Amino acid sequence: MKHIMANKNNHIVPYRTYVYVLLILLFLTATSVIVTNIELGTLTVTTALVLASLKSILVFAIFMHLKFDQPVYGIMTGGVIILIIIVILITFLDYFFR
Amino acid sequence: MHANGHRDDTASKIGMWLFIFTEMLLFAGLFIVYSVYRYRNPVAFHLAAEELSTFFGTLNTVILLISSMTVAMSLTAIRKGDNKHTMLLLGITILLALAFLVNKYFEWGAKIEHGLVPGSETLKELGHGDTLFFGLYFFMTGLHAFHIIIGIIILSVVLHFVRKGRITSDNFVFLENGGLYWHLVDVIWIFLFPLFYLIT
Repeated sequence: MKHIMANKNNHIVPYRTYVYVLLILLFLTATSVIVTNIELGTLTVTTALVLASLKSILVFAIFMHLKFDQPVYGIMTGGVIILIIIVILITFLDYFFR
Repeated sequence: MHANGHRDDTASKIGMWLFIFTEMLLFAGLFIVYSVYRYRNPVAFHLAAEELSTFFGTLNTVILLISSMTVAMSLTAIRKGDNKHTMLLLGITILLALAFLVNKYFEWGAKIEHGLVPGSETLKELGHGDTLFFGLYFFMTGLHAFHIIIGIIILSVVLHFVRKGRITSDNFVFLENGGLYWHLVDVIWIFLFPLFYLIT
C-alpha cells in the first residue's frame, strides 16, 4: 500500500510576483552600490548591511516560499536567524568592552 | 528513490531546511571571523578591499539574483504541469551559474596575477592585515564558489529527473529542495558582496 503525504501548500506563486521581487532586489543592489561609493563612515557599513538584510528577507519570504508555506519552516528559520544575531551581538559586546 | 512507495514531502523539506541552517551557521561563523579581523585591522582591510573589483562583484550579484528568480519560476512551471518551461528555466539557471564561475575565474586570475594570493611574496611585504584579508577573501568566496558547483550538479540532476518524468506536477519536492539550496547560495552572496566589495 502506498502512503503519500503530498505537499500541503496549494499556493502556486504567479511568475509576475517573481519578476517584481527581482526588480526590487536589483533596485536594492544598485542602491547599496551607489550609497557605499559615498564616504559616510560607519553609516556606510550600517546601510550596506541593512540593505543586504532586506534583500535576504525578500529571498527567504518569496523565493524560498516561507510566506506561503506551512508556518513550521518560517518559525524554525526565524529561530536560527535570532540565534545568529545573538552570537554576533555577544561576540561584539566582548570585543567592545574587553 | 521511493522503493517502498512511501513519501512525506513535509519531512523532506524540513530535512532540507535543517541542512540549510547548518550552512547558515557555517557562513555566519566566517562572517564573524571576518568582522573581528576587520575591527582589529581597519586600515589594512580598508586598503585591501579597495583592490577588489566592484564591477565583477556587482555583475555576479545581478547574475545570481536573476538565476534565483528563474529557479523559483521553474517551481511554478512544474506545478502547472508545464515540463517544457520547467526544463528551460532550469537550463537558464545552470547557464547563469556557469557565467558566475567564468567571472570568478577572471576575477581570481587578476588577483593571482598581482600576487595577492595567500603565501605570496607581495602579501608578505604588505603585512599581517592584508594577508588576513586576502586569506579570508579566497577562503570565503572559494567556499561559496564550491557551493555554486554543487548547485550546478544538483540542478542538473533535477533537470534530468524532470526530463525522465520522475519530477511531475504532483511530485516536485526534489525540485523544491534543489531550488531552496540554490536560493541559499544566493543569500550567502547577498552578504558576501557588500562585506568584501562594497564596504572599504
